[in-house]
Amino acid sequence: MRLINRQPGVVLKTTLVALPFLLAFVAYSIGSEIRLAENPSDKLLPAPSTIAETAERLFTQPDRRSDRILLWHDTAASLQRLVLGVGIASALATIIGLLIGLLPHVRATLAGFVAVLSMIPPLAVLPILFIVFGLGELSKVVLIIVGILPFLIRDLSQRVLEIPRETIVKAETLGASSLVIALRVALPQLMPRLIQAVRLSLGPAWLFLIAAEAIASEQGLGYRIFLVRRFLAMDVILTYVIWITFLAFMMDLALRRLSQKLFPWTEAGL
Amino acid sequence: MSFVTATDIFQFYGRRPILERVNVSVEEGEFISIVGASGCGKSTFLRLLLAQERPTRGEIRVADAPPAVEPGLDRGVVFQKYSVFPHMTVRENIVAGESFRSRFGWFSGAAKTKARKRADDTLARIGLDHVANQYPATLSGGMQQRLAIGQALAAKPRILLLDEPFGALDPGTRLSMHDFLTELRAETGMTVFMVTHDLEEGFKLGDRVLVFDKPRWDPTDPNAYGATITYDFDARDGGIPFQRIEEDTHVLQPA
Repeated sequence: MRLINRQPGVVLKTTLVALPFLLAFVAYSIGSEIRLAENPSDKLLPAPSTIAETAERLFTQPDRRSDRILLWHDTAASLQRLVLGVGIASALATIIGLLIGLLPHVRATLAGFVAVLSMIPPLAVLPILFIVFGLGELSKVVLIIVGILPFLIRDLSQRVLEIPRETIVKAETLGASSLVIALRVALPQLMPRLIQAVRLSLGPAWLFLIAAEAIASEQGLGYRIFLVRRFLAMDVILTYVIWITFLAFMMDLALRRLSQKLFPWTEAGL
Repeated sequence: MSFVTATDIFQFYGRRPILERVNVSVEEGEFISIVGASGCGKSTFLRLLLAQERPTRGEIRVADAPPAVEPGLDRGVVFQKYSVFPHMTVRENIVAGESFRSRFGWFSGAAKTKARKRADDTLARIGLDHVANQYPATLSGGMQQRLAIGQALAAKPRILLLDEPFGALDPGTRLSMHDFLTELRAETGMTVFMVTHDLEEGFKLGDRVLVFDKPRWDPTDPNAYGATITYDFDARDGGIPFQRIEEDTHVLQPA
């Protein structure tokens, strides 16, 4: 039997899914063990048990100076920026994407411009954003928007163009105006693709968020990581990294579930 | 005066001629089958009728109105694929046939209730009432095409254009779709243009069969000349002509 036709059974599949996670954990534990055996006060690879203790402390105990549980505050601050940035970017991208995809005049005007804009490295314009929008929340949200908006616009306008011409012509023969075609034909078919695009852009969005927080901020997950880096507090950094990964993963999962729930017609044909 | 007249239609894509010197006139209520080899401009001619494209030269007039510049309510269309809206349920697809012409494409309140009622009648008529709440992707090919035809008819067009509507269906489904279309046509008396690859289908359903072909052929440059209507058959009475005596004769008719 060819390898491409061999399917793992349920048990084997579960094992295989868990395997890389286990291997990574074991490799880390061994590395940590070796270093700690040499030098018990080594900070680079803290033992998993140390990380668990630190994590418990970070999640439950308030900071002695400010009397707040910093991790939750950082999470709230970061998520607020992320949701605002991604939300505004997706709303703008939907509108602009529809216009570019449906209206030849707008397409001629904007498509090339957006293609060039999307080549600007967003982090390179971060100083400009700080100068223009100050060091507050606004510049961080704007960085996320600047970072993912061109990609979202290009992706969504392309998706609008991929709607079969037949479907659009059919709507025309039913007497639909351009507005009705946009609202009732293009937009509903764009929504599942918007969620797809947002899922893909969540990675870059986190990148820009943490970059902005690392450079100028007073709270936030990225800020905390770059703050404790000075003390080589690897246990704190690793806790934050695992927490961010978990948040990102849950967002991705939630968006996928949302898409399945809201747009059953996309699954039906598959 | 004829209902649909095409006068001296030429269509070029770039410098390549697709159609040349196409002249045809069609009476209201006729069923026109359009056949021909692949790449002979059948679908192009249908797109011209639909006003999805405009001819390079010549003009197509419907009921003596000025030539249309874009597809509109007077011409309904069913393509081989993608003729229904995948994001709407079967019932919503039928309602869309009426609601899309409104300002925002939505009905609300009493208008919505009435439109849904009418849609349910249509669905019962085309035998899709049991799947009214499903999405088109869950339907078979034949059911999707029936839905597409029902949706096009909900807008009450004067002309129905069919671009190989049954091309992707299996032979059994195709036969039942023929009956379905014949019945619908008897009810509505609509003018129909149908492009098909299937000669038998063309002759079975059509009152006239138009054959598109290239009258001139350059073997060293197959694209040098465009196609035109080379035959215009009377397909009534099983394709046997001279069965209808149009004028008064003195021949003794059986009582």
